Amino acid sequence: MSAYCGKYTDELIRNAAYIGTPGKGILAADESTGTIGKRLASINVENVEENRRALRELLFTAPGALECLSGVILFEETLYQSTRDGTPFVDVLGAAGVLPGIKVDKGTVELAGTDRETTTQGHDDLAERCRRYYAAGARFAKWRAVLSIGASKPSQLAVDANAQGLARYAIICQENGLVPIVEPEILVDGEHGIERCAEVTERVLAACYKALSDHHVLLEGTLLKPNMVTPGSDANKAAPEVIAEHTVRALLRTVPPAVPAIVFLSGGQSEEEATRNLNAMNQVAGKKPWSLTFSFGRALQQSTLKAWAGREENVGKAQEALLARCRANSQATLGSYAGDAASGEGVSDSLLVRDYKY
Amino acid sequence: MDENLGGAARLPYPGTGDGVFAVAHEYLTFGLGICCSLHPVQRKAPDRVTMSAFVGKYADELIKTAKYIATPGKGILAADESTGTIGKRLASISVENVEPNRQALRELLFTAPGAVEYLSGVILFEETLYQSTAGGTPFVDVLKAGGVVPGIKVDKGTVEIAGTNGETTTQGLDSLGARCAKYYEAGARFAKWRAVLKIGAAGEPSELAVKQNAEGLARYALICQENGLVPIVEPEILTDGAHDIKTCAAVTERVLAAVYKSLNDHKVLLEGTLLKPNMVTPGSDSPKVGAEVIAEYTVAALRRTVPPAVPGVVFLSGGQSEEEASQNLNAMNKLEVLKPWTLTFSFGRALQQSTIKKWAGKKENVAAAQAAFLARCKANSEATLGKYAGAGAGDAATSESLHVKGYTY
Repeated sequence: MSAYCGKYTDELIRNAAYIGTPGKGILAADESTGTIGKRLASINVENVEENRRALRELLFTAPGALECLSGVILFEETLYQSTRDGTPFVDVLGAAGVLPGIKVDKGTVELAGTDRETTTQGHDDLAERCRRYYAAGARFAKWRAVLSIGASKPSQLAVDANAQGLARYAIICQENGLVPIVEPEILVDGEHGIERCAEVTERVLAACYKALSDHHVLLEGTLLKPNMVTPGSDANKAAPEVIAEHTVRALLRTVPPAVPAIVFLSGGQSEEEATRNLNAMNQVAGKKPWSLTFSFGRALQQSTLKAWAGREENVGKAQEALLARCRANSQATLGSYAGDAASGEGVSDSLLVRDYKY
Repeated sequence: MDENLGGAARLPYPGTGDGVFAVAHEYLTFGLGICCSLHPVQRKAPDRVTMSAFVGKYADELIKTAKYIATPGKGILAADESTGTIGKRLASISVENVEPNRQALRELLFTAPGAVEYLSGVILFEETLYQSTAGGTPFVDVLKAGGVVPGIKVDKGTVEIAGTNGETTTQGLDSLGARCAKYYEAGARFAKWRAVLKIGAAGEPSELAVKQNAEGLARYALICQENGLVPIVEPEILTDGAHDIKTCAAVTERVLAAVYKSLNDHKVLLEGTLLKPNMVTPGSDSPKVGAEVIAEYTVAALRRTVPPAVPGVVFLSGGQSEEEASQNLNAMNKLEVLKPWTLTFSFGRALQQSTIKKWAGKKENVAAAQAAFLARCKANSEATLGKYAGAGAGDAATSESLHVKGYTY
């Protein structure tokens, strides 16, 4: 057998292709309880279940926003939550044609003998968990592998271990009906230039696709969630066109056309930066056989969170902020973003958190 | 230290001083792909410059040549049969295997009226690279004048891998750089290296054979690029066997994935390469399937493994008849699915078979032979555009299977 061919084949291919619909993308709302706690803390909101639920209800019921989304990644708790009037979140999303997704990894652990490099855990009982999530309405999954650039990083061990981890996760998802998002994030931390980031990105992606092939993953039923190719956080910034050229070139050299869509992570980029970079990519001429779209967390929610500040009376304003970012990114997937969402409060704030874990 | 290769302006990004530079858009060529003449950026310490892919003095030329060879409507004539192999062809028409006869055959092909229009490249054996027409014009000049890029076979055949069940690896890396430089001087602009794998009942190709051949191809490819030759990467999986098309698909995908991993490891510039794979078909001892089925499996396998940066896929014909090969290529190009690389031909037997028969070594047959050659070139050109309507019925030669078990050449 060349690639996974089982009861979910057609559905996986269909769902992966749907997520890559031009004009749509993913809202990454899968912050773990700890991480969402930091967000809530930044607006002086207590980290209790009701507040977490209220925030997600704000996001998922924002008028017009879901139209710009093909998927939302959820944390496990959220998958089983409902709106205040009792409608399960998965139903709210489903009614609007948005596929629910689920974060399935269990965070990173250090690789002994390396310079604090990590691999990601979460394979134990993964099949069983996927089955449960599928039954609850999830149709795609997310697993975040993390790599760093340094003098001797990423090491071959880190690249190989993370690639293998991603491939094993991916095939288990497919066996259980979930489209795996393959996320090999190379952190932006460092003073390296954009060429170095390009070199590492190409090396990492090549290793990922070799591992996926070895594990018989059906590429047509997967998505890729890579970093954009940028200079390091301590190096001088580059223009969106430069980021776009380097990123698309790296993808052309490593991502087989069978992959239907590439859904970028935003790293520490501000909302506006992330949108402009995505827009520039979709304006690059030449062949791009996969959709280029977004899977943004911070870069979709930052100004929304600020506008909400935990207050009921701010919900409308906060939802408008979310809609503005969703629309901007939707346009960016078509290369037609004109920069008119740039005036929102906080949209240009860097969202960089060094050595980001979530 | 700023390196200003190619003479185009490099724009400093506002505020960076000696930091990261934005590259001028003149560097980029659009159309079939992104030209990768973005040069490594020199920065002051501490960051060392690392290339994602090898960009040497020939980078732009390699990219341009590879793209040209992949021009839709054109393809490659593989006329690089070694002296021993061409001897077998000549023997089949009772012609003596001496240099003048080898020269005469190649002259027949390269001067066939109208044929070179459909060719973007011809692969030559070393002897042929230095031969001329009877009138004294070097073959490389004849080809160049016709817009055909001369290529050169650089491998030195296969040797068995001990401990395997008759599996092989390909040799030819010794002094390859120097040889490539020589061939470049003689007018060659692309090279060919044939790796051979087989499907067997014990799970062949073994991981060892796959890895060895992939590594050999990658090392060869990088050395070519250092010396100005576009490497054609050819991982041929023989059709010999009773396996079905699904098995061939699985093996093809496994092999191609390994090849592209090795190419990445060795920093080969994919934009300056071509791929020469087998089509995905049932084994030679299995029932045949239709062209559309072959097309579906082949294109699916390529979509799963060949990065879009590769400008063209130039199929080998294996043991297929002339007509089969054209029909299969045509079906692939008609398939309505996204294919970010050109799908064209690099045929040897499947372009020359009926030509050689018609020639039979006789001067008075040259015109008829050249007409037969033109017909196949035109047919395959149309096939690259999905416009081939099929040969007329009754021409036995074009439907004759060209399968030779365990083919070496």
